[in-house]
Amino acid sequence: MKNFFKDIIRQLDIIGQCGKYNVPLRQCPQFLFLIMGIITVAAMLAVYFIGLYYNGDPEKIALVVIALATAMMVLSFIIVHSFEQLAETSRLKTEFISIVSHQIRSPLTNLKWIVEILTSGILGKTENKQSEYFKILKENLERMQKLVSELLTVSRIEATKLILKKENFSMENLARDLVSEFAPISKSSHVEIKVITEGKVPKVCGDPFQVLQVVENLVYNAIRYIGFATDNADNAANAKHGEVEIRLYGKGKYVYCQVKDNGIGIPKEDQKYIFQKFFRAENVRRYQTSGSGLGLYIAKNIVERSGGKIGFLSREGEGTTFWFRLPAASNHKDKTANKIQKINPKFNDKQNQNIKS
Amino acid sequence: MKNILFIEDEAVMQKAVSEFLGVHGYNVISALDGDLGINAAKSQKPDLILLDIILPKKDGFDVLKELKEDEATKSIPIIVLTNLSQMNDVSKMMEMGVTTYLVKSDQSLRDILAIVQKTLEEG
Repeated sequence: MKNFFKDIIRQLDIIGQCGKYNVPLRQCPQFLFLIMGIITVAAMLAVYFIGLYYNGDPEKIALVVIALATAMMVLSFIIVHSFEQLAETSRLKTEFISIVSHQIRSPLTNLKWIVEILTSGILGKTENKQSEYFKILKENLERMQKLVSELLTVSRIEATKLILKKENFSMENLARDLVSEFAPISKSSHVEIKVITEGKVPKVCGDPFQVLQVVENLVYNAIRYIGFATDNADNAANAKHGEVEIRLYGKGKYVYCQVKDNGIGIPKEDQKYIFQKFFRAENVRRYQTSGSGLGLYIAKNIVERSGGKIGFLSREGEGTTFWFRLPAASNHKDKTANKIQKINPKFNDKQNQNIKS
Repeated sequence: MKNILFIEDEAVMQKAVSEFLGVHGYNVISALDGDLGINAAKSQKPDLILLDIILPKKDGFDVLKELKEDEATKSIPIIVLTNLSQMNDVSKMMEMGVTTYLVKSDQSLRDILAIVQKTLEEG
């Protein structure tokens, strides 16, 4: 009997089919079909035995059982079919985003390299006016590349293909390197970025490249939204001095990172949607139409998949503090350290730049 | 002058990289598919190979395998230059013996030049 059920489960290939759709078991059409089948059989048996218990007419009982079975089968079919269509649509959408993003990457790289050749001066000097337009072209290419990268990350998250490495690394080094990276943009936006550490900050266990993406998104948002606060001040005297503070500390088994700004803040009614895909707060949309609304969705997914937690405190007009925590590194020697160091050279030994992404 | 073999099926990328590295003193040999790349590597013995993964005829994995199995080409440093950034592709290529893995869209031509120079210096 046990083997009989095992054979049925093997024949239905529930695990394989659910894997194809990349949905949790409870939303998998094949699994639902099996559950509905069990419920139908149980309902038929229940009706039959209740009928017998009350000494009902066997013919009438049989008719009720048949009618019930038919209704249950039709209902099961409709529910399972609907779930199957939803799961398939979701799978196709994720696949579509992935394919399109990959296909867009190549022509974007071509354009980026050509602009680099044109502005490098190797083909002759460019006029000031030309340089100005090349700069605009370059900036717009970078925006498109960022969007494509975000879409690819989202498609990987949804297809559960985002592989996160476990590596011990220093959050302090990561934050300080990031501040240097942001120096040109923070200078042009008149925003000061500070890294503050409380005591000795333990190393973090996670994927350094993905965690870098999280901090990058939070700092980038902070700079942009301070910009709006400054731009919309009534006069120069009211203009805010932009400040972004990256605070790091260890507490219990976790390392905490806070990114605090004195920007425009998030309206209370928008706060519950802030980590949703493609969501952009109302006050942000009012001042800037560009922005994908994917950064915080990606950040939340990376942090939670790394065994951490993310949250924020915000008041409109005063500023926002995003925080996240990640598991602190354990004391055991990390065998993969060298390999990952090669993958994420930005905040590691510069001699090991073997993989750059 | 150092010879660099660039195995890449996108003509625009071939042109951009050849132009840029050429100006900085390198001779770039172009191969537009995997088969041509293997033949060029065996016949011309370049000092370094830039290799894409998605290629006609033979893909980057096949090209790499064949070059690493051949005594004459196995010690040539190979830099993978691709738009595939999945961790499993990176790991597989690293295990097969590539020197460096670069994601094209994240690199400028200056970055590529710096890595080429560094790889050749290290021999």
